[in-house]
Amino acid sequence: MIASRRDVLGGLVVAFSLAPAALAQTGGGEGRGGPPTVAPELPGTLAKFPDLDAWIRIAPDGRVTVFTGKVELGTGIKTAIAQLAADELDVALGRIDLITADTGLTPNEGVTAGSQTLEQSGTAVANAAANVRLLLAEAAATRWGVVATDLFTRDGEVLDGRGRRVSYADLAASLSLAVHARADVPRKRRDARRLIGRSVPRVDLPAKLTGLAAYVHDMRLPGMVHARVLRGPGSGTRGRFDFAAMARLSGVDRIVRRGTFAAIVGTREWPLERALHAAARGGWQAGPDANAPGPLPEALLRMRRESRTIEDRHDDPHAVPVRRLSARYDRPYLMHGAIGPSCAVALFENDVLTVWTHSQGVEPLRAAIAELLAMPLERVRCVHREGAGCYGHNGADDVAGDAALVAIAMPGIPVRLQWSREQEHGWEPLGPAMLAWLDASLDASGRIVAWQHQVWSNTHSTRPSAAGDLLAGQEVIPPFPATPPEPIPQPNGGGDRNAIPLYRFPNSQVVSHFLPDMPVRVSALRGLGAHLNIFALESFIDELADAAGRDPVAFRLAHLDDPRAIAVIGRAAAQFGWQHYRPSPNRGRGFAFARYKNHGAYLAVALDVEFVPDEGRLIVHRAVAAVDSGEAVNPDGIRNQVEGGIVQSLSWTAYEAAGLDGGRRTDYDWSTYPILRFGDAPRSVVIDVIDRPGAPFLGTGECAQGPTAAALANALAAATGTRSRSLPIARAGARFA
Amino acid sequence: MIKLKINGAVARADVDPATPLLYVLRDDLGLHAAKFGCGLGQCGSCTVLVDDRPVFACLLPVGAIGTRAVTTVEGLGTAEAPGTVQRAFLDEQAGQCGYCIPGMIARAEGLLRRTTTPTEEEVRSAMAPSLCRCGTHMRILRAVRRAAAARGGGVVDPAEPVA
Amino acid sequence: MTKACALKLFVTMVALVLAALVVLLVMAHRPAIAPIARPDPRGFDPGAIARGANLARLGNCVSCHQAAGGRPYAGGYPVKTPFGTIHGSNITPDATTGIGGWSRTAFAQAMREGVGRDGSHLYPAFPYTHYAGVTDGDIDALYAFLMTRPAVHATPPANDLIPPLGFRPLLAGWKLLFFHPRPLGAVRSQSAAWNRGRYIGETLAHCSACHSPRGLLQQEKRGDAAYDGGWSGGWYAPPINPRSPAVRAWTPERLYAYFRTGLSRHHAAAAGPMGPVTYNLARAAPADVHALATYYAWWMRDAPAARAEPPLPDRRALAERQHRDGARLYAGACATCHEPGAPMVVAGRPVLPLGTPLHEDNPRDTIQIILQGLRPPVEASGPYMPAYADALTDRQIADIVGYLKARHGTGPAWTDLEDKVAKARKESR
Repeated sequence: MIASRRDVLGGLVVAFSLAPAALAQTGGGEGRGGPPTVAPELPGTLAKFPDLDAWIRIAPDGRVTVFTGKVELGTGIKTAIAQLAADELDVALGRIDLITADTGLTPNEGVTAGSQTLEQSGTAVANAAANVRLLLAEAAATRWGVVATDLFTRDGEVLDGRGRRVSYADLAASLSLAVHARADVPRKRRDARRLIGRSVPRVDLPAKLTGLAAYVHDMRLPGMVHARVLRGPGSGTRGRFDFAAMARLSGVDRIVRRGTFAAIVGTREWPLERALHAAARGGWQAGPDANAPGPLPEALLRMRRESRTIEDRHDDPHAVPVRRLSARYDRPYLMHGAIGPSCAVALFENDVLTVWTHSQGVEPLRAAIAELLAMPLERVRCVHREGAGCYGHNGADDVAGDAALVAIAMPGIPVRLQWSREQEHGWEPLGPAMLAWLDASLDASGRIVAWQHQVWSNTHSTRPSAAGDLLAGQEVIPPFPATPPEPIPQPNGGGDRNAIPLYRFPNSQVVSHFLPDMPVRVSALRGLGAHLNIFALESFIDELADAAGRDPVAFRLAHLDDPRAIAVIGRAAAQFGWQHYRPSPNRGRGFAFARYKNHGAYLAVALDVEFVPDEGRLIVHRAVAAVDSGEAVNPDGIRNQVEGGIVQSLSWTAYEAAGLDGGRRTDYDWSTYPILRFGDAPRSVVIDVIDRPGAPFLGTGECAQGPTAAALANALAAATGTRSRSLPIARAGARFA
Repeated sequence: MIKLKINGAVARADVDPATPLLYVLRDDLGLHAAKFGCGLGQCGSCTVLVDDRPVFACLLPVGAIGTRAVTTVEGLGTAEAPGTVQRAFLDEQAGQCGYCIPGMIARAEGLLRRTTTPTEEEVRSAMAPSLCRCGTHMRILRAVRRAAAARGGGVVDPAEPVA
Repeated sequence: MTKACALKLFVTMVALVLAALVVLLVMAHRPAIAPIARPDPRGFDPGAIARGANLARLGNCVSCHQAAGGRPYAGGYPVKTPFGTIHGSNITPDATTGIGGWSRTAFAQAMREGVGRDGSHLYPAFPYTHYAGVTDGDIDALYAFLMTRPAVHATPPANDLIPPLGFRPLLAGWKLLFFHPRPLGAVRSQSAAWNRGRYIGETLAHCSACHSPRGLLQQEKRGDAAYDGGWSGGWYAPPINPRSPAVRAWTPERLYAYFRTGLSRHHAAAAGPMGPVTYNLARAAPADVHALATYYAWWMRDAPAARAEPPLPDRRALAERQHRDGARLYAGACATCHEPGAPMVVAGRPVLPLGTPLHEDNPRDTIQIILQGLRPPVEASGPYMPAYADALTDRQIADIVGYLKARHGTGPAWTDLEDKVAKARKESR
């Protein structure tokens, strides 16, 4: 029943995401499998869960429950999705109860990753809400014998404009939402929106800033006990424990063991912390998976590889190259480094295991835990509760597995298992070390006519989908096999994310060398391969611009067709004052641009950086960025994410490298793996958001990592005359203020 | 039995006096703002005020507090009635995952109790013991500048102007 | 005495004082050297600049000539002395606030004679008593280095000295008493490295400025008292001679590692003023740092630990009995990092009894480490300890210190700990 809709009820034709292939992969390809697409004509995850009541329910008291299979990681999606629902439905924001990923309640949207939340879930919720509003109007129309298009909605009521009104709650009592969404229901007109496009304050911040229980770490259930897991100091080791002696320690009520998995349980945390240290006195030995990668980055070139050509264009075989450049760029293994070490709460009661976890993927985690415990899937429930920012696959899933194993041994007793700082440092999967080789040629007019990019990388996702992907799954006897790593295919990509240039090069070849052997435990870290690939690509663009004698911004513009790319570059350059910049000794500017995954958000950033040689100190005086995320649901939310991405990427790029001794981690706390502190924060960061109402949402959370890295390298090259192609830039010699 | 003065009220905890304050706050007294981040005095997530000075609650044995006044973020205001610093953090939307923020608020409060006219360098130096991994530094600094102004002072030579 | 006699005595005294003052002023007077136009940085030989950079690292110049949050060599760092606070001057080549107008002659005069370009005497907080021995070639190199730094327009705060010590000509009298530069000849019976280390240590690195005791007028004591321990910035610089209280030998290799990394696995991390020293030595020429290590290992070759390294004391039960409060505080505030099984100990960072502070004859360093903590000395990563000044009271720190000394310490007993903690707080920056 598709009829044209009149403007009275709404007028914006719904816009679909332009990359259906991307949608087929949950979480940007970082999850596996996932539910099938059953309604391909519907936008976002509605295509997999087309029934409206999977997304929205209206209670008799008028409160609206909205379900999303995505989770709040600190990105602000709880607020953005609530804004979308409230505005499209026409209820006050305060009337929305948003339920985030819970395997018992929400649609399976896989992993919250790849900056796809608004593209997948936001789109689904917005359209579902528009659908429900239409259904409510139609129900009222039937009740009053009028046409739905003659009615209005406001603040949870349908009105006829002549005195008749009925609440949604009233209508919902006799309205079934167990119906398919319709593809053509218009979204709200721009001028009718109250929330979408506005910088609505984060709904979760007040509780977090005033000490209300907000994180999984804060959960306290009746009868709850505390637990700590016993492992060696880090990946590649195994601890040696005197369990008899530990059982005698005050505060250790119980030791749960299965195979080499061991956890201590007690009613108070402090005695367990002390017991952890007592346990560590037993020392450690090399674990079964301890393998030295060899000195980086050359070791990457010698590893076994599976090579795939992901771009191979020869559009202009007659181009005449006159100048050829090549360069190699690399980065080390990087930590996620969540400020709060991972934590989970688990309870096995009445044959059902419930795990409260800050994992980004409760659905695949549920499958892994069910397999670990040999339980049917229906008897395992994973509920997301917020944790500290994880920036990818950190210890959250492993600790959930640990907590589950302990809870199973103690039916009826909630178990809270907390990793220590050193366990998070030692065991979290790292962002892979990577190497890129770039080779390009300029013609006589200074145009890039040939381009080659090769990248070497491990997988960027070992997110658990099976028991063997959890640390505990390797420790039980018999151990479960880990899922063999696979590359994430384009257009999302893993190690080759953003390796295909957005620029218009007539001849271009990109080869991705997938390295299946993982001597160091690795998985998804914010941006995946985009951090290194854009660092390489955008640094190399500057090197080519320099060889061509062109201004770096003009050079980029000369090779771009995409008007939105041109717009963000122009805006960032103008805001920065690129044309008027006057360099001074040891101080320079750098520029970089990327469209995340070539189908996500557009970002251009300019940095004004100084290097104080006698101190080895890096000062970022100004960072100015322009970002185009399509329709901006919450502009300040976008600015917050981009600011954060810039500052975090400055830390990664300038300072960070995970310590390794062979295959063994040597970092165990912040003193060994320092990150940016306030003294190093830029003096000023300005973000300009280009809002495009009606355009599809574009994933923003990871778009700053790559461009910031390149802009920093470019700025330092201008400031010091020396270019860094090997990360981290500052290395030994630089120190924090 | 340890007796403590927390947020102006007397609190009691039957714990080993060597227990760091952090665990007593979170597990015995239901005060969750202070967070476990490292237990090593390196990250500042556990920061609270003791006699107006910021300290790491993870390294302060509860038996060492005596009659000194402990102030946690819960004592600075509520979601309905936030204190000056909390208000400033909310106005600047200074938080992404938010895990480090209570520690930041406590540390900022400690700074502003010492002086409402710190220089930009003093602010950065005072906040340095607290780590943020999400990169919220700019907003945190803006919030401190805003809070200083709200207390009748202001940051001297601020890196960015107060909006 | 009659009134007339008293008057005559008084007048004679005044005349004598006036005469002495005139003599002093005559002696003290040094003519100003005319200012020059700031030399073009491009006119200096890159080799000399590089040599000068190395010498500046060895001399740790930037530590006293850079303020917190300020630019390198732009001055402003407060040096606290018993006579008041002196601020390091701006030695960037700024024409008005720095040394941009100083000729090489003026620079050499300041370095080797303690006289500024304008003829004023310099306070020996600037250790020209040591720099007097710097060779001409090294003076040239340092001059080239400093004159090619970025010029920074910055005026350090005014000195704050007890009157009448602000009256610079008095320094001429001090120099008369205590400044007798002697050339450092080579000692043929020693190796080239030893001689090089002696040259660096006695002149540029001026180690005895902290590590030697000083007399009433702050003159360094020499002879038998050389390197017998001293004070700097509120910390105690222990003896680095046969009376070194370290419980592990300072071999040239261990000293080298300590200088280059800020950490000795057989001792402890560089703390307090040694942090900046090792930061700079880590960036100096390795051969020169090796020479320094050779020389000072020689100074300590007869220290007790050089002959025999004792087992590390751990009188746990006794210490707990005698210092119950301290033990309890230690368990909650310190053990997480310092006890066996702690992650940093498992990873190989040195245990507490290895560090020299607990074996010194006074508790100052132990107290200061607890009050101020420790930042990674040489790189961004490295030993890190939080500060406890705000968390613990004087009494509590005293309890912990007493416990630690009882459990791990050697050497003379420490008394009046609570008073000493209070005093240390005052002396801290």
